[in-house]
Amino acid sequence: MTALAGLIRKEIFHIIRDRRTLVVIIAMPIVQVILFGYAIRTDVDHVRLAIVDPSPDPVTLAIRSHFDAAGVFETVAVLPDSAKLETLFRRGDAQGAVVFESQFAERAVHNGPAQLLVVADATEPNTGSIVAAYASQVVQDYEQTELASGRRVAIVPDVRMRFNPTRESSNLFVPGLMAFVLTIISSLMTAISLTREKETGTLEALLVSPLRPWQIITGKVAPYIAVGFVSVIGVLAEARLVFNVPLRGSVALLLVEGLLFILVSLSLGILISARTSSQRVAMMGALIGTMLPTLLLSGFIFPIESMPSPLRAISYLVPARWFVLIARGVMLKGVGIVYLWQPTLALAAMAVVLLAASTHAFHERLDT
Amino acid sequence: MTARLTPGAPQPAPAIRARDLTRRFGSFVAVDHLTFDVGAGEVFGFLGANGAGKTTAIRMLTGLLAPSGGTATVAGHDVLAEAERVKRAIGYMSQRFSLYEDLTVRENITLYGGIYDLRDREIRERTDRMLARLGLERQADDMVRAIPLGWRQKLAFSVALLHEPRIVFLDEPTSGVDPITRRQFWELIYEAAAAGTTVLVTTHYMDEAEYCDRISIMVSGMIGALGTPGELKREFGVPSIDDLFVRLARPS
Repeated sequence: MTALAGLIRKEIFHIIRDRRTLVVIIAMPIVQVILFGYAIRTDVDHVRLAIVDPSPDPVTLAIRSHFDAAGVFETVAVLPDSAKLETLFRRGDAQGAVVFESQFAERAVHNGPAQLLVVADATEPNTGSIVAAYASQVVQDYEQTELASGRRVAIVPDVRMRFNPTRESSNLFVPGLMAFVLTIISSLMTAISLTREKETGTLEALLVSPLRPWQIITGKVAPYIAVGFVSVIGVLAEARLVFNVPLRGSVALLLVEGLLFILVSLSLGILISARTSSQRVAMMGALIGTMLPTLLLSGFIFPIESMPSPLRAISYLVPARWFVLIARGVMLKGVGIVYLWQPTLALAAMAVVLLAASTHAFHERLDT
Repeated sequence: MTARLTPGAPQPAPAIRARDLTRRFGSFVAVDHLTFDVGAGEVFGFLGANGAGKTTAIRMLTGLLAPSGGTATVAGHDVLAEAERVKRAIGYMSQRFSLYEDLTVRENITLYGGIYDLRDREIRERTDRMLARLGLERQADDMVRAIPLGWRQKLAFSVALLHEPRIVFLDEPTSGVDPITRRQFWELIYEAAAAGTTVLVTTHYMDEAEYCDRISIMVSGMIGALGTPGELKREFGVPSIDDLFVRLARPS
């Protein structure tokens, strides 16, 4: 058995025998997919709807009943004019509004088309899209049923998004979740397990041995690369089977990009452990240095576009930002490397710089 | 021409040779122009209070720390220029425990055997021999964390000798161990020395100094005294090494 194989085997023993950690590593992504999947559900319930109907007539009442029948809306106010609408939106009392123009039936049937304004609060992107989509559907359905009974109505729905007009969708949680899981396994676990060896003194035993630094590092991180891959595949399978998240692009490309991201995260983990001497500090370091940025600044949960510019600038340095971009591209848009070479290059550059820095830090540790 | 080797006497090709070995941390001089030789097969004691520079000196000799000045050769190889060859020639046991607690006794031995490029058959043979000598055969497949501390220390020492190094460095190997285990530990050290292994051991137990062929007492990074325990007691006119130590550590 070669020295390196022995090292890797030993690391696998560490992982397998630390049952509690192993359970956390394996169970966490699975639970997270469920949590995120249901927390960011696309089928929104209880959308608070305000209705502005200056002159109720059979047509407006029919359309209103269609909204009620849809089951997702909850009418919170029926107003004679739009004056109070702004307040309702700002307070969050209403998430959507349907505004009929006056003499709606008159216009719809005789001298149409009638204007139907649909306003949606898009600070919650899903809710915004849902309100818009439902409103169009309701109007279309109504037109269809009327047409079927030989009546012709002309209604033009006009959809306006409030607060966040481009409707950046956060429905795309799986790519971000993969980044998060990989960060935990690669950065956090590596930092902790290396610092543990520092604490117990076994690292010194390895350092005085003829092993070269790259062998020590490879032996340390190889098993975590494997665990990372298994986790990613688990998350992908679960997302596909439970939530029907599409995987339109090449799985191979996604895994290669995943490997690149794992390398970056591992290097960060090594860097963190080189600067710390206790597992507790390493854990805090990994939390603040890698997990929080991955969670907050990668576009995973909060759209980068809506961040203030200093944070947006920082987000360029967050590896997960690029990985999330790539993973969304591959999974949801089905694009290939031709479209993704820029984020890939960014990730590759980070991998090179951080790998060099972590090997250097590992060397330097001999002198401290 | 054959050189007669007498234990304790410096020999033509010393196992360890330090010349003006110095290490600074910023403005603090941890090890200050250390010069000494350790002969092959010698048990050399490195004594000194905490912070006297023992560990720093050992770290330089084992290649864990680069010297700021001076030179040192270990097993005939320069510690800076030929670090790889030095590493193959030495064994090391730190004051902290150097075995993996979540691996079994046998797995630890196998791991270190592999690290030092021993063949599988060699590893198996040496493992069996080691376990028999330590009386640990029945614990071979127990996790290291499950065996008593004293046994772990002895096991760690044996593992440090697994690849049959010419020189073994022991950094406070007996700290926190009960007196009986300390005695047994020293028996292992003598066994290794009898087999030709050079032993450099640091300790702050003064009674252990008497077990060494020669000792050097470090005071603030420098050698305060160097010689056999008997020579030093005569030279300084003290009844024990303990008294000498106190005198050196607190100069009048």
